[in-house]
Amino acid sequence: MKLNNLGYLLKEGFRGIFLHGFMSFAAVCVTVACLVIVGSFSALAYNLDLMVEDLNQTSEILVYIDSDLSDAEARSIGTKINLLDNVLQSTFVSREEALEDFVADHDNDSAFSGVQASDLRHRYVVSLEDNTKMKQTDEQLKQLPGVVKTSAAYELAEGFSTIQDVLHIVSFALIAVLLVISLLIISNTVKLAMYDRKDEIAIMKMVGATNGFIRLPFIVEGFTLGMIGAVLAFGIEWAGYDALVQRVAEVDALQLFSFVDFQELLIPMVAVFGAAGMFVGIVGSWTSIRKFMDV
Amino acid sequence: MIQFTDVVKSYEQGNVALNGVTMQIEDGEFCFLVGPSGSGKSTIIKLITGELKPTSGTVHVNGYSLERIRKREIPYLRRTVGVVFQDFRLIDKMTVYENVAFAMRVVGAKEKEIRERVPYVLELVGLEGKMGRHPREMSGGEQQRLAIARALVNNPSTIIADEPTGNLDPERSFEIMALLQEINNLGTTVLVVTHAQDLVELFHKRVIAIDDGLVVKDEGEEETNDEAE
Repeated sequence: MKLNNLGYLLKEGFRGIFLHGFMSFAAVCVTVACLVIVGSFSALAYNLDLMVEDLNQTSEILVYIDSDLSDAEARSIGTKINLLDNVLQSTFVSREEALEDFVADHDNDSAFSGVQASDLRHRYVVSLEDNTKMKQTDEQLKQLPGVVKTSAAYELAEGFSTIQDVLHIVSFALIAVLLVISLLIISNTVKLAMYDRKDEIAIMKMVGATNGFIRLPFIVEGFTLGMIGAVLAFGIEWAGYDALVQRVAEVDALQLFSFVDFQELLIPMVAVFGAAGMFVGIVGSWTSIRKFMDV
Repeated sequence: MIQFTDVVKSYEQGNVALNGVTMQIEDGEFCFLVGPSGSGKSTIIKLITGELKPTSGTVHVNGYSLERIRKREIPYLRRTVGVVFQDFRLIDKMTVYENVAFAMRVVGAKEKEIRERVPYVLELVGLEGKMGRHPREMSGGEQQRLAIARALVNNPSTIIADEPTGNLDPERSFEIMALLQEINNLGTTVLVVTHAQDLVELFHKRVIAIDDGLVVKDEGEEETNDEAE
């Protein structure tokens, strides 16, 4: 391909978009639809993952301190607890505070009016960095001098971990399937556009055009359409996400759902949409045109 | 020069299209290729333009050996052979000027050359006043002239016309044949594939007849060779 052709070929690529307006419109619409579906599902999966992660963080270990120890000795154990690897934070709860919580938890029931603070133990509420290691950390806590008993909800923590694992697998599988389906749909749309122009390609071949000369305008066209699709999909995704988050915040009085700001997803979304648009445009054109080159 | 030596072409389904064709068309010759449907005429054109490869035998076209041509050489072979079809195969969305200029751009011609050459060729085929029109706005004869202009614009050494008058009335057919003869007079080899016996008789040129994949008649070959000598 000669260099003086390059400008012409690039121009032809852009011209093709308008010349084959309907097919261009169809290709952009399909790209937008597929990217919005994949993007929305990815954003949803990411948020669900974070929500499960947050719920999991609420799993804590209660560490009961020997009642024979003085207040000062009991408080000093906190330093040792904090030194353990997997401990994120430990909070000291005195006997008196524990009693207040106990009474409050039982709606100030008179049946518990006889319970004294001295009947209870000082304790620590320990939250962990990684709840999958709850059992090991619990064992370590039990070994500490002055600790008489611990209470940890392994099953709950393991349940959350399982939910999170399943969520990861299902998300990846669904995103992969959606991506493959999107590529197939887009590739077929590009093929239809190519079929529309098979006579033009045959004439180009007949008058002695090289494969590179024939391909470049289609690749430029595919790339441009892919990028237009990606930009539109990104805008729709952003607006749709913000609207959804706002709506959920309005109706979710209990704040059961917490969504991250779109800004947090901005860079990965730009990267994924841009790469997907480019990939789909170029690969879609390249593979579709091959069929029509054998003339 | 086009040279076929004992060419056999059979298709995957087992059909034998050519069964040992030997013929030679010299540079600057005007030649008719005639034969009934299915006789192998289209296969000969496809072999000349590199769309097909011979099963056995050798095919030489303008310095290229088609039996061992590489895929990436085929575009360069096609630039030496202009092809004109019965159904014109023009690009409707392009103007007359653009249809011809397009063939030059494909071979990497500069815009200045294109601006000079396209009007010259359009004048040669009698379409100088219709550069801004689209093919659909023209008659069949004019569309075929445009197809000839496109085939001619890159100055190929050979023009192959496949049933060029098949869609035209007798008067326009004669004009097209006269135009092809004029092009031949300028030194271009012309091979016309046709069913039109009246035109073949009218122009008194060499006639190669094909039937059932074989050359069954080659009239005027000796005279042409004598002239060449």
